[in-house]
Amino acid sequence: MASTIPPDPKSVAGKALQVEERTQLLVIGAGPAGLAAAIEAAGQGLSVVLVDENPVSFKTMGDEVPLHYGQGMSGLARNRNAMLEAFIASEPLIEIAFEAGVDVRLGTACWGVYANGPSVTWLPGLVAGLNDEERSWMLQADHVVVAAGRRDMGLGFPGWEKPGVMGATAAVALASRYGAFAPRRVVVLGSSAEAVSAALALREAGIEIVAIIEQAAEPLGEAGLIATLRGGGTEILTGHVVREALGRDGVEAALVSAIDAAGRVTGAEREIACDGIVLAVGATPVVDLIDALGCKVAFQAERGGYAPLVDADQRTSLRPVFAVGDCAGIWPSKSLDRAVAETEGRRAVAAIIHDLGLDDGRTVPEAVVPDAATHDIDAYRLAWVRASVIEARAEFHVCQCEEVTAREILEVRPPRYLDWQNERRNDRSLAALLGEEPPNPDQIKRLTRAGMGPCQGRRCREQVAGLLALGAAMPLSSIPLAGYRAPVRPLPLSVAGQIPEAPEQAEHWDTWFGMHAQWRPFWDVPEFYTVASNDATGPVASE
Amino acid sequence: MSEIKGASVVIFGGGVTGLSAAWWLAREGVDVLVIEKGMIGWEASGRNGGGCSHHHSPLFLEEQRLWPDMDELLGYPTEFSPSRVRLASSEHQMALYGRALSNAKRQGFDSEILDVKQIREFVPLAGENMVGGYFYKFGGHANPHRTLQAYAWAMQDHGGRVMQHCAVTGFQTAGGKVTGVETERGLVACDHLVIAAGPQTGRLSAMLGQEVPVASARCEMIVTEPLPLMPYGGVDGNGLYGRQTLRGNLAYGGGPHEWLDIAGNAAPAKPTTPLMGHIGRRLAELLPKAAHARIIRSWAGVIENTPDGRPVIDRLGSLENVVVATLSSVGFGLSPASGHAIRDLVIDGTCSFADISSFKLSRFDRLEPNWRDLQGWQALAAQEAIAA
Ligand SMILES: Cc1cc2nc3c(=O)[nH]c(=O)nc-3n(C[C@H](O)[C@H](O)[C@H](O)COP(=O)(O)OP(=O)(O)OC[C@H]3O[C@@H](n4cnc5c(N)ncnc54)[C@H](O)[C@@H]3O)c2cc1C
Repeated sequence: MASTIPPDPKSVAGKALQVEERTQLLVIGAGPAGLAAAIEAAGQGLSVVLVDENPVSFKTMGDEVPLHYGQGMSGLARNRNAMLEAFIASEPLIEIAFEAGVDVRLGTACWGVYANGPSVTWLPGLVAGLNDEERSWMLQADHVVVAAGRRDMGLGFPGWEKPGVMGATAAVALASRYGAFAPRRVVVLGSSAEAVSAALALREAGIEIVAIIEQAAEPLGEAGLIATLRGGGTEILTGHVVREALGRDGVEAALVSAIDAAGRVTGAEREIACDGIVLAVGATPVVDLIDALGCKVAFQAERGGYAPLVDADQRTSLRPVFAVGDCAGIWPSKSLDRAVAETEGRRAVAAIIHDLGLDDGRTVPEAVVPDAATHDIDAYRLAWVRASVIEARAEFHVCQCEEVTAREILEVRPPRYLDWQNERRNDRSLAALLGEEPPNPDQIKRLTRAGMGPCQGRRCREQVAGLLALGAAMPLSSIPLAGYRAPVRPLPLSVAGQIPEAPEQAEHWDTWFGMHAQWRPFWDVPEFYTVASNDATGPVASE
Repeated sequence: MSEIKGASVVIFGGGVTGLSAAWWLAREGVDVLVIEKGMIGWEASGRNGGGCSHHHSPLFLEEQRLWPDMDELLGYPTEFSPSRVRLASSEHQMALYGRALSNAKRQGFDSEILDVKQIREFVPLAGENMVGGYFYKFGGHANPHRTLQAYAWAMQDHGGRVMQHCAVTGFQTAGGKVTGVETERGLVACDHLVIAAGPQTGRLSAMLGQEVPVASARCEMIVTEPLPLMPYGGVDGNGLYGRQTLRGNLAYGGGPHEWLDIAGNAAPAKPTTPLMGHIGRRLAELLPKAAHARIIRSWAGVIENTPDGRPVIDRLGSLENVVVATLSSVGFGLSPASGHAIRDLVIDGTCSFADISSFKLSRFDRLEPNWRDLQGWQALAAQEAIAA
């Protein structure tokens, strides 16, 4: 047909992406799962690049990236070299990975993975955007193993923005890996296996666990471990919530009180002196890269919430992409024994080796299957949101970046910077917005800005989903995942801008489609348009 | 939802075009129903740059007349902010960007040419690297999400209805008119039909016997964390369009688009690419004092273009009670006016406030059937498709 006609020069056609390096396998995340995968793959002769953003800088931690650090870092976290040494020393497999020939890059983040598919055809293959403090570049990989770990569901209460309120994953990293945790006496919220193991890890690191606060009537975690905590002087307060974090410049006490089954306060309030409040009500797989790339993700209660759909080989819905370790699902036996995550890593590599036709008959590790769910995380997380957020004694910002309260989310209020006080229009509610489908957090984000800030929703997305579920009287699992988009780490313009571009792209770059006819003023438009009669020569700039 | 049996005017497409038209009709008491196959505003209308300065269009005067009043008219905030600045990084760009001046002047709007010193006053985040710029005392920008929802709520306040998550599957006709539309939720009778279905406008109009020629493409934008507000948020230039939002974020786009083949009724996938970095570099050049600002998201939208990139707002020749409307990739800013024009075509048969003869479908009567190939607008074959 018209094959001799050149493609639209203003389109992506012929604009090759400039890739700086290539590898057979890219592993993202140097935890147990990622390290096991990288070491196994290198041992089988693959070229392997392993990136991990840790240790992130003090400033980045201060921005709550990639975890909810809640300003819980001690001064030591400012010392980059000490942090790097501590990171390596705390994980023996890193040294082994170096020795195995893995190209280990610490302090290197992956902010996006891209593949050709519907609506994108011009990429050279599977490519990842990487960056360090100064630079950003593209790496092409034949296979990608995502081992991005876990984060914590945020849970608000009045005062939760105060320094000292943080996620359990961040607290344990600071305390156990880096020895850079500032608080000395903490209260832990939640009593699941994950919460209890976080509490024990903090205790191991010399932190006093004053109390475990659990809204449910009974602790969820294993009785023996709960008894261990109690034996160490930790008060186990079930049927309780934190009503407020008290303190001037940071947390000085947690104000707690008993609640009934509906989450309403029943007993007197009581102050517990502490300098940290650790949120451990929901450990959640980190699915940001996986979701932004377009792998299928679904709410899977036995995997801790939204997690990628993986097969027995840990393969996601995109053939060359695998998810291993906590980012593929969190359950008690995995949280208590790192061998489970390591097995997932090796299992994924076995599948990659098979894909490449390189099997040499060695035994493949058994497929890993999640535990049966120990508790109904859907109802459990909603109960926390109801008791802590909806029944709160005062309004507070559920979305700290954009300063949006629970009421503003449920009433779908325009943001405050608009100073829009149209009281006539107060009757807008979720119900008025929706029709019959479950509420969509992305729609709520667009209207209220909840989740739209620089922390990219890391602290509020699960709570917002919970609020919407409660507001619509639907299960948490029915609320769609608020979509992730690259860059999944905030990336300065000056750093992102260093990705080189094809000269053809620079030459033809235009504001919009670069069509001459589109911008011809209406008084100059001919009666008939044909391609043949259209003069598309000469320079053009779209408006 | 209770079953809807019919409406006087049925509109396909809950984007800004369809919802603005619905609002114009509903505020006059017309019984109007918008049918949206997904969620309102989920396509281009919720993914655009928010620019409202279309001096080449016959709808320009109406666009300019309405925007300053839209918050009041709708009863909800749109975040409209007036005026625009466009900066040029070369003399070549400066010359090309100058066309806006003469277009606007002819229609009674003033502009100023900015020298390097004035640029610093008007655009505190700019640096020394721009050769000059323009200050348009017209146009401006608004928040697409808020505007879209404002149209929807305002039209509902006037009794209009929206049916979401409901695709149109067919039509019933009699006596040269459409009498009803077949949807996933049953038959909906109508006196008039408006098709404002974005990329789907081509396919749907073809089903009614007269195809609006369109091809669709994917375009990308980025947004940064908030920065201190500049006096004018609408600062374009250096190959980019965009705005500083009233919250302070920089939301910008530009650069190559990707032509797509859209199969059937399904919503097209809208992934982003590393183009983000190339937009980022140009933004750091346009506003060097913002180079430290961090990109926190990117996104893509899919829009249709007619062969000449100009809107079609017209009655179909094949069926007399059908109005088709595509704004051809530039339809957010014009939406207050496009909705008015559609309202006029439905109710009066002719546009009362502007000569929109250049939007007629008949201008394509002599169009080459293989126009898409001839213009090089074909979708590329995937080099190696991984994503399903
Ligand atoms: C990145 C980007 C930047 C842009 N920047 C600007 C800008 O700065 N200024 C500007 O003026 N314009 C801009 N635009 C263009 C503008 O967004 C569009 O022209 C405008 O939103 C079109 O609105 P619409 O209502 O006509 O179409 P759409 O927004 O595409 O809406 C059509 C709707 O119809 C629905 N639909 C389709 N088929 C059916 C069916 N069978 N049944 C029911 N419903 C159906 C779709 O789901 C969709 O919601 C930009 C676009 C993009 C993508």
